[in-house]
Amino acid sequence: MANEQDFPVIFELSKEGRKGYHLPELDVDDFNLDDEFQKQYIRQEDPDLPEVSELQIMRHYTALSTRNHGVDSGFYPLGSCTMKYNPKMNEDVARLPGLSSIHPYQPESSVQGALALMYDLQTSLSHITGMDYVTLQSAAGAQGEWTGLMMIRAFHEANGDYQRTKVIVPDSAHGTNPASATVAGFEAVTVKSNERGLVDLDDLRRVVDEQTAALMLTNPNTLGLFEKDIIEMAEIVHGAGGRLYYDGANLNAIMGYTRPVDMGFDVVHLNLHKTFTGPHGGGGPGSGPVGVTNELAPFLPKPLIAKTGDEQYFFDYDRPHSIGRIKPYYGNFGINVRAYTYIRSMGPDGLKQVSESAVLNANYMMRRLSEEFELPYDQHCKHEFVLSGKNQKKMGVRTLDMAKRLLDFGYHPPTIYFPLNVEEALMVEPTETEAKETLDEFVDAMNQISKEAKEDPETVQEAPHTTVVDRMDETTAARKPILRYYRD
Amino acid sequence: MQHRYIPMTDEDRQAMLKTIGVSSSDELFADIPEPVRFTGELNIKPAKSEFELKKEMAGLAEQNSHTQSHTSFLGAGVYEHYIPSIVDHVISRSEFYTAYTPYQPEISQGELQAIFEFQTMICEMTGMEVANSSMYDGGTALAEAVNLSAGQTKKKKVIVSKAIHPESLDVIYTYAKGFNLDIIEIDHQNGLTDLDQLKAELDDDTASVVMQYPNFFGQIEPLEDVQSLVSEQQKTMMIVSSNPLALGYLTPPGEFGADIVVGDAQVFGIPTQFGGPHCGYFATTKKLMRKVPGRLVGQTTDDEGRRGFVLTLQAREQHIRRDKATSNICSNQALNALASSVAMSALGKQGVREMAELNMKKARYAKKAFESAGFETLYDGPFFNEFIVKLNKPVQELNEALLQEGFIGGYDLGRDQEQYDHHMLVAVTEVRSKDEIDQFVSKVGELNG
Ligand SMILES: Cc1ncc(COP(=O)(O)O)c(C=O)c1O
Repeated sequence: MANEQDFPVIFELSKEGRKGYHLPELDVDDFNLDDEFQKQYIRQEDPDLPEVSELQIMRHYTALSTRNHGVDSGFYPLGSCTMKYNPKMNEDVARLPGLSSIHPYQPESSVQGALALMYDLQTSLSHITGMDYVTLQSAAGAQGEWTGLMMIRAFHEANGDYQRTKVIVPDSAHGTNPASATVAGFEAVTVKSNERGLVDLDDLRRVVDEQTAALMLTNPNTLGLFEKDIIEMAEIVHGAGGRLYYDGANLNAIMGYTRPVDMGFDVVHLNLHKTFTGPHGGGGPGSGPVGVTNELAPFLPKPLIAKTGDEQYFFDYDRPHSIGRIKPYYGNFGINVRAYTYIRSMGPDGLKQVSESAVLNANYMMRRLSEEFELPYDQHCKHEFVLSGKNQKKMGVRTLDMAKRLLDFGYHPPTIYFPLNVEEALMVEPTETEAKETLDEFVDAMNQISKEAKEDPETVQEAPHTTVVDRMDETTAARKPILRYYRD
Repeated sequence: MQHRYIPMTDEDRQAMLKTIGVSSSDELFADIPEPVRFTGELNIKPAKSEFELKKEMAGLAEQNSHTQSHTSFLGAGVYEHYIPSIVDHVISRSEFYTAYTPYQPEISQGELQAIFEFQTMICEMTGMEVANSSMYDGGTALAEAVNLSAGQTKKKKVIVSKAIHPESLDVIYTYAKGFNLDIIEIDHQNGLTDLDQLKAELDDDTASVVMQYPNFFGQIEPLEDVQSLVSEQQKTMMIVSSNPLALGYLTPPGEFGADIVVGDAQVFGIPTQFGGPHCGYFATTKKLMRKVPGRLVGQTTDDEGRRGFVLTLQAREQHIRRDKATSNICSNQALNALASSVAMSALGKQGVREMAELNMKKARYAKKAFESAGFETLYDGPFFNEFIVKLNKPVQELNEALLQEGFIGGYDLGRDQEQYDHHMLVAVTEVRSKDEIDQFVSKVGELNG
């Protein structure tokens, strides 16, 4: 299968007898293990892991890293993902042995520093969102959504409202919203957006009824637009007995300007790996804390971190109405440490500046790009905006082609074909950590591509031209899946 | 103040406002209705300089006892192991850690290939045909496996051994609630799941049987016998949660006909970090390939015929299938999967067995040392790197005293099951020396009274 010009997988570097490790000595009496086990429980064939030297491993992964684009490599305006700078200081702090080398079952007296950090992070996030309680347990946004919905479910059930089986999500919502609704045992019901890109209030009134458990909303929504009818929406949902869920993936737009609680939300999850600089790690790990108002607090997952009168922190397991455990231990602590370090680096003014700059950067780019690209919803955006590649499509150049062409300019493209309610969508989120010069250069590249679409469409259609591989045959990948390496 | 993470200067601001056609940035927030605006100042601590904050964080960290200040015998699902230095050097390459999910394969071959290699290594360790790109952790991976089995078999009853990690059991209950599953717990006897009870509970309505191998007490469950019971029911699936390091020595669950094998790869290259982030893995048979939660990387070729990698079979996932997706998982633990791949590459074929055996031999030495010192230990069956020591006093009390002596003691089994009051689960990994073990046994003896 492998051909000459293929970049090797690590198994192809393997040679019998090579080693990349040096384990501690066996300094106790040797022991014949095989005597203890029935033969069928002793592994007969060793796992076929690579046998490589330390330098070979280092070169292999270094070479792989050069075949990858991160925020430190270049601009990464991937909408809805908040690809901001990941401060290096956070990485140093998270690696302190007192934070990285502690065990979840150590006596509480021996982890007071860690508990104090978690407690203060919880409190800070409470203030940022206005929620009464925050749990740091969920591992990512999607798990936060599910956790929040399970709490809403428990709340309704505690009120005897067993008929509340439906969760409403806008058609522009992120895919995890309806998926989380299903996993929490609800039926997901779609509410339409109107011609201004906002939730259609009439449609909302139509779908809300006594079966409504909750409305899930991202505000600003995935088009980057603020749902300005939020007060009416909250009234409609609350009036019918439902609860309001805030998908905080887009919090970067509003810190210090409004809080989910001010807008009438009852539950919120935050993506610390977005707004609060947790690095994305090529797909994770993240952290998705959940905040709730007092009425939902009894249902929070176990355990909570609490404080005694004399400033001793402890895990509170005595929570009879809790939805239970959602994850072993206490959440993705290492990511929470990074987020906490970030919040402490910014302070209240800094966080407000973050949102101001993020919104200003986005509006600036949107205005500049709207000269060449169709802007389906022409109004001020928040931290991100969505363009349509409709004009270019008429010339035979699709959004996908433009995204691929951007790779030649050294950029990670915007999110494409999402949200679903915009044709040929390009969703751009610059974040506040990018300089104006970078935004200008990106706009120039986009304009250049639009020009190419008119004058030389093939250059765009056949892009990328400079990457280590060309476009991939994704159809065959899905039709005849090869999900692991096999030796010839 | 101009913050080091925000490059916008006043001059930039003025130029940008002009292009936008507004006079101040407040106009950009004008669509937030008056009544819902926040006009106060966020009640969080003021910003601290880099130097001062680092110092404060170091102080906070030093309030904790950790494995560089103390010698640890604590495991129970999270272990201190040898982590080759290269692991942190690789995951500190910012092309990896500052990247998002590899949606654009042309500029994400590094990440995609690393995950493909991870999937391969997990298949090798578990003896399964398919592995995904990671789950949050071993506990949620197990809960997702349970849900998968119910969806696949269209049955609601799930039989779970009580000898699995107690927190995984809790997580199973929480996840199962969404699908109204009926969880039946099976007791254990002499440290092993009671197979008679299992046999009595198994019936045509059973979606799956859940075992841990090695189990929470370190004992090796007889998967062969479990499988022969499970296979009497045509559809019922066998789900096994496994510490992948143990599979360096033990016959992998795949060879006993497991349908799904899950667990946590923390043992390979990931620090304990107070319980997370770790790295769940999820491995199945080929038959279940299209039901697997989360991301899968597949091999393909580019237009020029060069080998390359892409995210594939995405029709299972939330961003395509929305409410019909096999799971809601989106972000996973990719960077930790990379860490585990590097650690597994370093250990290689021989190293995983050697490391597993070192754990087993040192644990056996420690168990005997406790016995020689007059302690009762449990159990007698084959085990991996954990065993139980019976004490005269509450484990918590002893552990507090051990801290003063420079030790992090074992797990207090009494916190989950009353029958185990005064029982400490002791973990001995390859990083513990003979001296440390001897001193620990003698200190526990002294303090036990
Ligand atoms: C709007 C929105 N909601 C939810 C999520 C899910 O978050 P996560 O990937 O952390 O599970 C995302 C991120 O992809 C998102 O952009």
